[in-house]
Amino acid sequence: MIKRSRLRPLRTLGHRVTKRIWRLGAGARFFGLTLISSGESFRRFHLIIREVYFTGVLSLIIILVSAFFVGMVLALQGYNTLQRYGSSEAIGVLVALALVRELGPVVTALLFAGRAGTAITAEIGLMKATEQLSAMEMMAVNPISRVIAPRFWAGVIAMPILATIFSMVGILGGYLVAVPLIGVDAGAFWSQMQANVDWRLDIVNGVIKSLVFGVACTMIALFEGYDAPPTAEGVSSATTRTVVTSSLTVLILDFVLTSFMISV
Amino acid sequence: MERTTIDLWVGIFVALGVAALLGLAMKVGNLTTSKLGPTYTVIANFENIGGLKPRAPVKSAGVVVGRVGKIKFDTETYEAVISLNIDKRYSFPKDTFANIYTAGLLGEQYVGLEVGGDEAKLKNGDKITHTQDAIVLEKMISQFLFNKASENKDDVSSTKASTKSADDGLTANPLDQINNKGKGAAAPK
Amino acid sequence: MTQNIVEIDNLSFGYKGRMLHQGINMVFPRGKIVAIMGGSGSGKTTLLRLIGGQIKPNKGKVRVDGQVVHQQSREGIYLLRRKMGMLFQHGALFTDLSVFENVAFPIREHTDLPESMIHDLVLMKLNAVGLRGAHKLMPAELSGGMARRVALARAIALDPDIVMYDEPFAGLDPISMGVICVLIRTLNDALGTTSIIVSHDVKETFSIADYVYFVADGVVAAEGTPKDLQNSSLPFVHQFVHGEKDGPVPFHYAAGDYKRDLLGFEA
Repeated sequence: MIKRSRLRPLRTLGHRVTKRIWRLGAGARFFGLTLISSGESFRRFHLIIREVYFTGVLSLIIILVSAFFVGMVLALQGYNTLQRYGSSEAIGVLVALALVRELGPVVTALLFAGRAGTAITAEIGLMKATEQLSAMEMMAVNPISRVIAPRFWAGVIAMPILATIFSMVGILGGYLVAVPLIGVDAGAFWSQMQANVDWRLDIVNGVIKSLVFGVACTMIALFEGYDAPPTAEGVSSATTRTVVTSSLTVLILDFVLTSFMISV
Repeated sequence: MERTTIDLWVGIFVALGVAALLGLAMKVGNLTTSKLGPTYTVIANFENIGGLKPRAPVKSAGVVVGRVGKIKFDTETYEAVISLNIDKRYSFPKDTFANIYTAGLLGEQYVGLEVGGDEAKLKNGDKITHTQDAIVLEKMISQFLFNKASENKDDVSSTKASTKSADDGLTANPLDQINNKGKGAAAPK
Repeated sequence: MTQNIVEIDNLSFGYKGRMLHQGINMVFPRGKIVAIMGGSGSGKTTLLRLIGGQIKPNKGKVRVDGQVVHQQSREGIYLLRRKMGMLFQHGALFTDLSVFENVAFPIREHTDLPESMIHDLVLMKLNAVGLRGAHKLMPAELSGGMARRVALARAIALDPDIVMYDEPFAGLDPISMGVICVLIRTLNDALGTTSIIVSHDVKETFSIADYVYFVADGVVAAEGTPKDLQNSSLPFVHQFVHGEKDGPVPFHYAAGDYKRDLLGFEA
């Protein structure tokens, strides 16, 4: 008896690990299914447009506001440090590189997971709980191609757009703090930025990052919703898992992508 | 919600995204400033490139005329082989000098082209034979100290003379290297 | 054309260690209303899912219109499903679409009819369930009974050969229940469809069904016309039809000794 209870933590651990791996496999299968069922959503593009409205346009306000403030804080903090070394003109470079390379894609993805990801999970979870997905199946309509795939592609389209808007608005916020407020020379602000921000290595890489994050966040949100137990509790814990899993995935993926991009 | 309203909003959304990307490209990034037209590539060998990186600017008379392409290491001559992508609008004589300079005391390194007097122009795939290595600060200091030490041995006590020869050491040595390189590169091939 | 549109042949289904059905045989003749009755958890709804091909049986066959459902490819199952309409327990209306769009959904998905024709078709179907005036409402604005009628209109939108009703009476007030009863009967006769009703509401089901199957312990425990079953002497059927507390279906879930459970708490 004693032996058994001592082994229990080990067994729980093993159980958890196998469950994670099982879910990973199920998620990958779901991802594959979504990809092969995507044909119809491109033939009926208005399905995707509708979802871009819900995931992208409705996330716009939160993206705009947070980008603006993130840019302003960056400029304040950056100026504080840079002026000690007498290079406060480099503030434009600092703000732009930080936003375009990292904060734009990453913060957008985190906000997206909280705003759009949870909405997607809850919606799909409830559709499943109220048998709407079953009903669709019985009407000989594939819910993956009719419900999942359009939302997936909408997320993949919306994320880079949101991230790009985030970076640009953040830079404008940084400009407002640096130039009119602190009094850095506007010419130096922009020209230093242009001299040091590379189109291919910084801006395009940032967009690539946000595309990958778009795939990851949307897929996680959809899978959690689709996989949620059809109860109120199941849907609510799935929504929580969406935020946790997407955030962790985004941060880990960010490291992996950055290390690839820097070594190339 | 009406489909047309949704379409309108999504249209605005996408337009905003495109505008932001254009803003990043034009105002923030170097897409406009560093945009090179079609380029031709010339090769230059250096014994030491210091901290030169790919995509570093290639300047002549202070104007950016190209970018550093690939940086390779030649296992036979033990030299760095650098390809320079130069804008087709600019052509340079065959005997152009390629130097590695540092912007400011600790800034980034770039390749400077100093124009020679040859009639023939550099073409795609040509090799610049006259090169000058990056100045490595530690090397310079150790040379300076070495020269000073050897002068003291020779009992040259005049401070004026010692500073003078130290100056010579600083400037003369790199020139020697260039001359050697010029011979070396001309002889084998 | 076979006389029975749906045939269930020696069907077994279950999950690991727990068999839900153990050799069920049923036939559903064309144009009839056939009810499947049984207690909660006896696998009635699962039978509908087996007919619809959403799950595969462990043993045995389900034939719809002469074709074995689980041997079909995905496309084949989808083709079969176009002959079926299903009314889900709580309607399962698409909450993000209006009543009109809900009924139009299967038509839009499976046909290329012009918008004017879709409009007329949808209003006809809604009129049949008496809700033409509600076509602009959203599902959230409907009462339970209305939602179920809209779902019925959606189920018959493509004039299916078979309509399956999953607990059509559950959770409705008596008036709505009566309305649904009449609707099932009239739609069945007017459209010439076959109706399969899964229910545990004895009175309503008996009032409209032509034939009734009783499912218990994974097998068909009894079958017959409502009249036969009403007077059945089988203990289970008797208990079920008359709603008695104890009988072959025990009041208590299988448990250990009561006294020991209470006294042995601290162990």
